[in-house]
Amino acid sequence: MTSGTAQTGDSRGALIRVSQLWKSYPGTAVLERINLVVERNEFVTVVGASGCGKTTFFKLLLGEEQPTRGTIFVAGKPLAPEPGKDRGVVFQRYSVFPHLTVLENVLVGLELRRSKFLCRSFGRRRRDEIEQCERMLERVGLLSSANAYPDALSGGMQQRLALSQTLITGPEILLLDEPFGALDPGIRADMHGLVRELYSELKLTVLMITHDLSEGFRLGTRLLVFDKVRVDPHEPDAYGATITYDVPVSRNRNNGNEPTIAALESGV
Amino acid sequence: MRLINQRPSRGAAIIVAALPFAALVVIYLTFSDIRLEANPQDKLLPSVESFADAIQRMAFEPSVRTGKILLWADTAASLQRLFIGIGVSALAGFTFGVLNGMIPWFSAAWSPLVRVLSMIPPIAILPILFIMFGLGELSKVVLIVFGTAPFIMRDMEQRVRELPGEQIVKAQTLDANTWQIAVRVVAPQVMPRLMDAVRLSLGAAWLFLIAAEAIASTEGLGYRIFLVRRYLAMDVILPYVAWITLLAFLLDAAFRKLNAFLFPWYGTNR
Repeated sequence: MTSGTAQTGDSRGALIRVSQLWKSYPGTAVLERINLVVERNEFVTVVGASGCGKTTFFKLLLGEEQPTRGTIFVAGKPLAPEPGKDRGVVFQRYSVFPHLTVLENVLVGLELRRSKFLCRSFGRRRRDEIEQCERMLERVGLLSSANAYPDALSGGMQQRLALSQTLITGPEILLLDEPFGALDPGIRADMHGLVRELYSELKLTVLMITHDLSEGFRLGTRLLVFDKVRVDPHEPDAYGATITYDVPVSRNRNNGNEPTIAALESGV
Repeated sequence: MRLINQRPSRGAAIIVAALPFAALVVIYLTFSDIRLEANPQDKLLPSVESFADAIQRMAFEPSVRTGKILLWADTAASLQRLFIGIGVSALAGFTFGVLNGMIPWFSAAWSPLVRVLSMIPPIAILPILFIMFGLGELSKVVLIVFGTAPFIMRDMEQRVRELPGEQIVKAQTLDANTWQIAVRVVAPQVMPRLMDAVRLSLGAAWLFLIAAEAIASTEGLGYRIFLVRRYLAMDVILPYVAWITLLAFLLDAAFRKLNAFLFPWYGTNR
């Protein structure tokens, strides 16, 4: 935080390290004893019942909320207590700006990075940036809608736009909070393909929250299950959830996965 | 078919909408005729001819005393006060709302004061304004500002808070600082909402304008109505009221159109 030059001494080390993380609100424990190490270029999916604290964990990683105890390290440094440019994000809804067209929604990331006062770029630089954005839009299949407002787009197209908006500035980490939860099954399959492709092309480190176990298995390289191990039936909020399963997922989708899912589903 | 499921066609809707207006006119003319029959000097319900005379006098002939055409001079004076007042309110409401909605420290300091100020009935401080700012233009404009700004400020603050938190987080992950979030994310999105708040405040602005003009003024629509009241000049008052209503209606329509034109993304997304 103090020096402007990035410390890359730990470049082959873990990208995200979470140690002894606890989060509680007055009267409610949400998370307890979370320990996690995520290496570069992992695709981690997080599943769990609703109310198990996976969204709270997501907000902690974003920097939107602060842990009660414990620390999150990103690239070896403790996380600043607010969202930052190293972690791109796509939410289930409201990820894009409704007052900007599709092209402007992508362009805004570049403009915000370069122009700290006017918040806009001009002239030749602007033309270059627009070209860069158009390449990105073409990549996700939105170029023909470049001048439309997000309101006119379908849910799937809005999420494509949200992805390109986030990825144009090149964040190392991509955080996804149930990004496909509101989409139709067919569209969802398309989006899975797109996310997988972008993940390998851009060498991203992805952390995705989902309530769909099979989606978690299909997409990720590693699956985390959040659940409560200690339950007091008289006081359900007394104990928080923690990571109960941490399974590597084989990329070879056609064999071996289905029994594991079944085993895990019966376990959860 | 149930009554709740029967809808008038477009033509039928226009006809039923016109009926109450027509009924009002017919009732007026009937009673006007009855009264004028009994007493041709009656001033309470003037005839159509007296209206035509009054309108001719007020709107098309220069006044013998000042040489100005009164209706236009009054309209210009009133609209000027209205626009300055509502403009200052809009500016204050926008600035305050964005700061208050975005910056917790700012809102902690200023929200309570604005909440208290907005509880003061504006007309009650009109004497104070006359004492402090004199009987000229300033006190009238200040009354309009005092009457409308607190509402716009609080409405804007609310609109800023209503923006989805996801957008603010998203902007931060795009490396935006507070200023940039205000300029690129918050301000453009509350602009059309500001236009709406101003439009809804126009009714209150007219009220305060006419009240201030009635008490101390030398021209203006409200001044004229209260002046000719002394002579029971219904033939002037009624056309003036109709004119004010028309102006209010046109302003409202203009704001709606302007909003739709300037902010095409707005409206469908509400």
